[in-house]
Amino acid sequence: MRRLTFAAGLAGCLALASPAFAVRPDERLADPKLEARAHAIGQELRCLVCQNESIEDSDAGLAHDLRILVRQRLVAGDGDAQVKQYIVARYGTYVLLKPPLTAETYALWFGPLVILLVAIALASIVYRRRARPANDVKPLSAVERRRLKALLDQPRAEEA
Amino acid sequence: MRQAVKLRFAAPIAVFALLFGFLAYRLFLVQQGFTPDLIPSVLINKQAPQFALSPLFANEPGFRTTDLKGKVTVVNFFASWCVPCREEHNYLSKIAKVPGIEVVGIAYKDRPQDASMWLAELGDPYKTVAVDPEGKTGIDFGVYGVPESYLIDKRGIIRFKQTGPLTPDVIDQRLIPLANRLNRS
Repeated sequence: MRRLTFAAGLAGCLALASPAFAVRPDERLADPKLEARAHAIGQELRCLVCQNESIEDSDAGLAHDLRILVRQRLVAGDGDAQVKQYIVARYGTYVLLKPPLTAETYALWFGPLVILLVAIALASIVYRRRARPANDVKPLSAVERRRLKALLDQPRAEEA
Repeated sequence: MRQAVKLRFAAPIAVFALLFGFLAYRLFLVQQGFTPDLIPSVLINKQAPQFALSPLFANEPGFRTTDLKGKVTVVNFFASWCVPCREEHNYLSKIAKVPGIEVVGIAYKDRPQDASMWLAELGDPYKTVAVDPEGKTGIDFGVYGVPESYLIDKRGIIRFKQTGPLTPDVIDQRLIPLANRLNRS
């Protein structure tokens, strides 16, 4: 019974636990729908101070300022894309954690595919060459054959 | 047959040479200050953002976008809480002495009393100092860490940005020559 209570308590704690974000309570918008949109946008924006965290996850001062800015733009009636564009206009596409497909990022998007194709081409060349029968090998001459027979017929050292 | 053998030796050497060249080039760039964590500004060769900032000292007029017109300006974002700013501060007076360049300071997310105390202690090389208490103008400029400095031409177009402290090398070799060129045009 005590075990069951413990398990139930643990399950309750886990159910109540929410993932930790750096968003402070006073930054949250009262409207849960707007807040959800702000959170989704913020998770796709890079914190420029830490560079590997989104602004929703970062404790940096700039991330805090950008979270507030994102929420202000949403309250002002901007669409999601407009809010992102607002930040990109100031910090460049680098702030987007998902790199957009532009001429600058072709190497990033298609580079791996090109490398894979080159690797497949190289591998197929190598394997084809290996599988090909060695047809340029000349048959043994009469002298060679006699020598080979002599060598094979020779008793082995330990038998002798 | 011989050709295949030759290729077998030449290919790794060629790959090595390519890799060596690429890494040497990247190291050279890092030495020039282009570290991988540096984010190039999207505002280069674009009009400076709109702003209207209050002055730090009550007897000054403040600083707004229209003040950029007709002169070459260096806008320097600094803060009293910023450690590298201290080092940089020594070199700013050198820029301020060059004729035709106005150096304007913006106290970024700083308390006015702290910023004035800092300037009283280290000297005030600025033509005027404005405050950006919430860092909003900083965001419009794409500031992501102080100090940052912007060289802005007579038409209000950003021509150069230094992320991090200005060093004597950057000032002598890039900032001042470029500012002089902008002044002549």
